[in-house]
Amino acid sequence: MLALPGILWLVFLFIVPLYAMLAIAGGKLNLIFEQPVAVWNPLQWNSANLAKAWHDVAGAGASYGPIVIRTVVYVAVASVLSLVIAYPVAYYVARFGGRRKGLLLVLLIAPFWISYMMRMLAWIGLLQVNGYVNKALSLVGVAPVSWLGGLPVTVILGLVYGYIPYLILVLYAGLDRIDPALIEAGRDLGLGRARTFIRVTLPLSRQAILTGMLITVLPMLGDYFTNQLLSGTTSTTMIGNVIDGQLQTPAFQAEGAVLALMLLLVLTIPMIYYVVATNRSSRSAA
Amino acid sequence: MSAAGVTTEAARPEAGARARPGRLWPRGNPWRHPWFLEGFAWLYLLWSLVPIGIAVLFSFNNGRSQAVWQGFSWRWYFADPLNSVLHNPDLHAAVLQTIRLSVYTTLICVPLGVAFALGINRWRGKVSASANFAMILSFVVPELIFGVALFFVFTQLFTFVGLGTWAEVLGLVTWNISWPAIIVQARLVTIGRQYEEAAADLGATPMQTMRRVMLPLLAPAIFASAVLVFSGVIDDFVIVDLLNSNVSNTPMSVYIYSQQRGGNGGPALNALGTIMLAMSFVIAIIGYLGYRWMTRGERGSQVDALASLAGSD
Repeated sequence: MLALPGILWLVFLFIVPLYAMLAIAGGKLNLIFEQPVAVWNPLQWNSANLAKAWHDVAGAGASYGPIVIRTVVYVAVASVLSLVIAYPVAYYVARFGGRRKGLLLVLLIAPFWISYMMRMLAWIGLLQVNGYVNKALSLVGVAPVSWLGGLPVTVILGLVYGYIPYLILVLYAGLDRIDPALIEAGRDLGLGRARTFIRVTLPLSRQAILTGMLITVLPMLGDYFTNQLLSGTTSTTMIGNVIDGQLQTPAFQAEGAVLALMLLLVLTIPMIYYVVATNRSSRSAA
Repeated sequence: MSAAGVTTEAARPEAGARARPGRLWPRGNPWRHPWFLEGFAWLYLLWSLVPIGIAVLFSFNNGRSQAVWQGFSWRWYFADPLNSVLHNPDLHAAVLQTIRLSVYTTLICVPLGVAFALGINRWRGKVSASANFAMILSFVVPELIFGVALFFVFTQLFTFVGLGTWAEVLGLVTWNISWPAIIVQARLVTIGRQYEEAAADLGATPMQTMRRVMLPLLAPAIFASAVLVFSGVIDDFVIVDLLNSNVSNTPMSVYIYSQQRGGNGGPALNALGTIMLAMSFVIAIIGYLGYRWMTRGERGSQVDALASLAGSD
């Protein structure tokens, strides 16, 4: 009984909105007002919006095709880069934090408490043409770079900077749980540092790596603001920007709904994996 | 783990020195100090935090640049009669809207989520399992997709709500309900059922058990989730960006984004960001101290408090 208000809330403000998105995607366009019309009966859904979106993504001369590919590339590079940076940091704090673990954790958690927008503002200031990054580079003789003028490297850096704290904490939690005795056993049995890591630590942290990657990749794929703030040009547009842009014009809203649904469909399997993994670990904790 | 870890750590260098590391470990002493890792970790921390410090500094810039330092001033906070946070109506409307959203959302979200957790915890069945599944799904669904769905539901179906403050609050409550629901469920699992059963054996009614036994035991979890919801709303961007309708219901995060994107960036935005940061930090400190006070006498309270503040409980 206690759960009832929460269940009703989730039905009306989580399930129904997702259904509304379907109803818009399967709906029609009011040609006079150029507004989407939701069709609530699934039997009457038509595929016009879907066909148009599919044509734009994969058809001949598709305008969104390159954007989809770019999104995948940016997110792949950013998430791998995040993992390469995050793992050693999490590993150090979990294994060698010692007496300073508390301080290190505070510093690792601090970015969670700093608004994402403030974190982007920080880089907007540093990366301006007359900003400190170019000043530092000029010391070694590099000419000023227009970092905010639409460079993919800036967008990828922004994504890494934005989402890496989540990854580090998940990895930390996973690595901290590994019994040090297992690693010591590996060493005692004659494995070197590298092989102990590859044979013992890495397999034991596989779950944390998967969960951590999910928790960074999912929001990165829906990100439109990082890109917009650090580049703002069409040369770095990602799929999130397209969806966000389509909501601004009523005539394109239905296609935005289709694209959001396509994204959701692609992400369903990793999302369900995450839910199942979370359920499993909370049950094993019980 | 930590106590055992520290003692073995301390014992290692001696063992290594005695055992002539050159022969025993052909690839070098495996217990040597991890200089590279340590340096890497501190470099990362510098990279992650120094830019923020610089951005805060520039909110005090005596000029219009976010990149070139022109001396210290308070102009963007209150000294400028037109463009300071204190005097510009749009800027302080943004501050107030952020506070309003955080308070409303926390007040609705926490009781709802706690009741949900209590209900689901003792109710085994298909309905509760799928409700729990939906709740966790709401935790992982990308915010943009959920925001788009909310946008359509408020513009097409729940048109009596429309876009604006109430749409923002309703969306944020749904988006954040998983914090209290997950954290309280985890706490219920660690508490176990024995207290509840003992209370029932001693003749307490379900209502009394709830009030006198369960709520005090759950207080730290409820408190931690309230802190997380409140600060989560301060920092939230996507949902409010899609659901706001005009400048009177635009909170700080969205205001910073839209102005910066529109080419109207300036230290006043850094000042807003600094105010958000200060608010979050005050909440974090209250949260940390409050959590430690509530769990005083429990083991490992310090790191637990940190973990619960990061939501990884």
